[in-house]
Amino acid sequence: MGAFLETLIGGLMAGMLYSLIALGFVLIFKASGVFNFAQGAMVLFAALAMARFAQWVPQVIGVQDKLLANAIAFVGALALMIVLAWLIERLVLGRLVNQEGITLLMATLGITYFLDGFGQTLFGSDIYKLDVGMPKDPLFMFQNVFQGGILVSKEDLYAAVIAAALVAVLSLFFQKTATGRALRAVADDHQAAQSIGIPLSRIWVIVWSVAGFVALVAGIIWGSKLGVQFSLGLVALKALPVVILGGLTSVPGAIIGGLIIGVGEKLSEVYVGPMFGGGIEIWFAYVLALLFLLVRPQGLFGEKIIDRV
Amino acid sequence: MLYRENGQFKTSYRADQQIFPIVQDRIAIALLLVVAAVVIPWTAPEYLFRAILIPFLILSLAALGLNILVGYCGQISLGTGAFMAVGAYAAYNFTVRIQGMPLIVALLLGGVCATAIGVLFGIPSLRIKGLYLAVATLAAQFFTDWAFLRIKWFTNDSLSGSVNVGGLQVFGWPIDTPVQKYLFCLAFVVVFALLAKNLVRGHLGREWMAIRDMDVAAEVIGIRPVYAKLTAFAVSSFIVGVAGGLWGFVHLGSWEPAAFSIDRSFQLLFMVIIGGLGSIMGSFFGAAFIVVLPIILDNLPYWFDVPIDTALASHLTFMIFGALIVFFLIVEPHGIARLWSTGKEKLRLWPFPH
Amino acid sequence: MSLVAASTAAPAAPAVEGAPEAAVATLARRGIGEVVLEVKDISLAFGGVKALTDISFDVREHEIRAIIGPNGAGKSSMLNCINGVYQPQKGSISLRGRTFAHMNPRQVAEMGVARTFQSLALFKGMSVLDNIMAGRNLKMKTNLFQQAIRWGAAEREETANRRVVEGIIDFLEIQAYRKTPVGKMPYGLQKRVDLGRALAMEPQVLLLDEPMAGMNVEEKQDMSRFILDVNDEFGTTIVLIEHDMSVVMDLSDRVVVLDYGKKIGDGTPAEVRHNPEVIRAYLGTAH
Repeated sequence: MGAFLETLIGGLMAGMLYSLIALGFVLIFKASGVFNFAQGAMVLFAALAMARFAQWVPQVIGVQDKLLANAIAFVGALALMIVLAWLIERLVLGRLVNQEGITLLMATLGITYFLDGFGQTLFGSDIYKLDVGMPKDPLFMFQNVFQGGILVSKEDLYAAVIAAALVAVLSLFFQKTATGRALRAVADDHQAAQSIGIPLSRIWVIVWSVAGFVALVAGIIWGSKLGVQFSLGLVALKALPVVILGGLTSVPGAIIGGLIIGVGEKLSEVYVGPMFGGGIEIWFAYVLALLFLLVRPQGLFGEKIIDRV
Repeated sequence: MLYRENGQFKTSYRADQQIFPIVQDRIAIALLLVVAAVVIPWTAPEYLFRAILIPFLILSLAALGLNILVGYCGQISLGTGAFMAVGAYAAYNFTVRIQGMPLIVALLLGGVCATAIGVLFGIPSLRIKGLYLAVATLAAQFFTDWAFLRIKWFTNDSLSGSVNVGGLQVFGWPIDTPVQKYLFCLAFVVVFALLAKNLVRGHLGREWMAIRDMDVAAEVIGIRPVYAKLTAFAVSSFIVGVAGGLWGFVHLGSWEPAAFSIDRSFQLLFMVIIGGLGSIMGSFFGAAFIVVLPIILDNLPYWFDVPIDTALASHLTFMIFGALIVFFLIVEPHGIARLWSTGKEKLRLWPFPH
Repeated sequence: MSLVAASTAAPAAPAVEGAPEAAVATLARRGIGEVVLEVKDISLAFGGVKALTDISFDVREHEIRAIIGPNGAGKSSMLNCINGVYQPQKGSISLRGRTFAHMNPRQVAEMGVARTFQSLALFKGMSVLDNIMAGRNLKMKTNLFQQAIRWGAAEREETANRRVVEGIIDFLEIQAYRKTPVGKMPYGLQKRVDLGRALAMEPQVLLLDEPMAGMNVEEKQDMSRFILDVNDEFGTTIVLIEHDMSVVMDLSDRVVVLDYGKKIGDGTPAEVRHNPEVIRAYLGTAH
């Protein structure tokens, strides 16, 4: 029982991390109707920026205090993501206004490849350590109930809390603010939103910047846990099934979807995996998403997709 | 002046319906085939076959298959690598487990297996489209990645996880030297291109394009979306499966599942986008582009005496690919094929401006 | 040339219960036959919005039946129901005596009903010729393998159908545009291609959804001529949604008037024109 709970909690934590990345997807889709395949690449790019800036700040500026150096690096990385958002809007999105979704999706595929190459050109392709002071030691919970207690990673716990906070803030943003409303209008219909005076390009820069911020947070947390390396981009691809499950337009859906995938993956790997020779994690999330697509394409919380004649 | 259609009047529908109705085009294609089948085998260096021509031929075949699905029928697929893998491993199993299985039959049977898997993973397209379908096809990709890695039966219980084939021959003629391999692939490509062209210019092709352009109106004129979409998946997967078999048997000789990973899927999708969606010729343009570009980038520093280390070169390749995709989508969403036909239009008027 | 054999002799005036003299006389004169399409108590709602409520009317063979009404009256929805694109919650549709409550568009197409769309719905990626050839879809029977080989059966079938389609292209006078991608054509000509695609199905019943929308006077005259020719030469029954009253009065044999999803008039153009309900629907009431 204890082992089961450990696996469960481990899955929840992993799921939280997926959700962080999925949040970026949902943001961009909700606000611009674009399915941003490049979200994973953005996470990697942001993480690389953060890791390298954190290395360079002490060397170049001479700030030795860890916390201050990290803070400066964070600001720098965030600024870089905002510039990136602006460039993507100027060079790519602005010129593909009102193209079909498939064109935009392929454009984000192109951006993915570009970012992958660019990030590694700028920052190098080694594995980089990212140390933002996240606690590495484990936490033993429920030691009275289960023998030896349940092992919970403190780092994952912090990540979960941060993710939950992000979700709360973003949900409020979309529901309660005028900008949030404008973003939802743009997601519905670019041309219509333009025609009532919503400044499309400015909105898109805002959205992609926020998504960049989310990518940065996700990148830092993931990078702190795994080290910043190229495979981070592939892990981010896992976030796609998460948004399918949760619904492409739902911020809380990204969290729930992430948790389901995280738990499902871990549990299936431990209990079902050995029957098939292991390694189920590669495809579990995707097949689950596939089943959802057949039964309930809009996901758990998304809006129903209606096709009009 | 050279390219005028003046005087070329068609007196029958049949003549108007040909693949190459303009005489100059027919001459050009005939010349191309002669060069490809006769001149190149005699003159080209071995390196050219192994590094460029054979991969180009096989990948254009795969791109052709993918173009039918994505370009003609409008169903996005990110799992092409999976179907290539199925074709390759199925052909391998037929060869290894059935004594005396002829090579061509094995490859075609590999294609049939890929068709079955393709239709299975194409079923979601009946309910979902666009990006949702993309995610569904990714399921195919990752599932087959895992299946060929973990299920020992597929690799004939190979210890290393990779399989190899050797001693290829057709009716007693060995397929061993690069030239022989090249001619073998060329034969496949020419035959399949012809069959594919016939399909897309017939009423099935029109069904596919109707579903792509406006599926509700297509239903109203009596087209069954289920039949159209599933046949698109079927035909596409068959061609891709055969290409996969060729890739494994003829080009690689020995392979592991990583040869057909998601990078391959993306690569093929890029070929189809850059080359031209909905164009048979476009598949060839795209494949040529993507096969040749990394080689140029790798060698560019040596031609200009500017040393770039290989890691940087590969990063630059990624960047250029990505930038080109975006460029084509913005400037010419119909790819090189459209640039080509626009060029031909200008050529018809040349030397007059209009 | 005639795609569908037109009836040459005018049949005896069919019994129409309760119909006024004028209507019966009109029907007899035009060679109009029995009921070919019957709509009974159709109700259609989208969520809370009632698009159609208890609509019933019939359409007789060889006639031109207009459906008119102010914007939002539910005319296109009615056509969509006949077509199988929308499924009504209540009611039934009978085609040549066969009743069906739920049909999908393909079955309706197989039964010989074709339509054009208000918003064109042409296949933008294809040429004029290919669009109209697409309409021959139900008549083309060769299978995948025959088409891949092309030589033989598929080539013969393609040529035979090409011949029919060229006839339609001649009829609609768009020969010069046959290889042009439809997206590049002027609006009026695109409408003709839409009509051509529907005609390629050799339909028994043709549903036209605002075929004259957005046309100038000359284009309307051309389109009216085509519609009359189709009805005359091929004997096709036509159901026509139209806003232009003069077109309706000139072309149609009988008219159905809808308003807010309800039927408020049914009869010859002359009868309908004087119907106070209809006048009120279009002009409003004095308060």
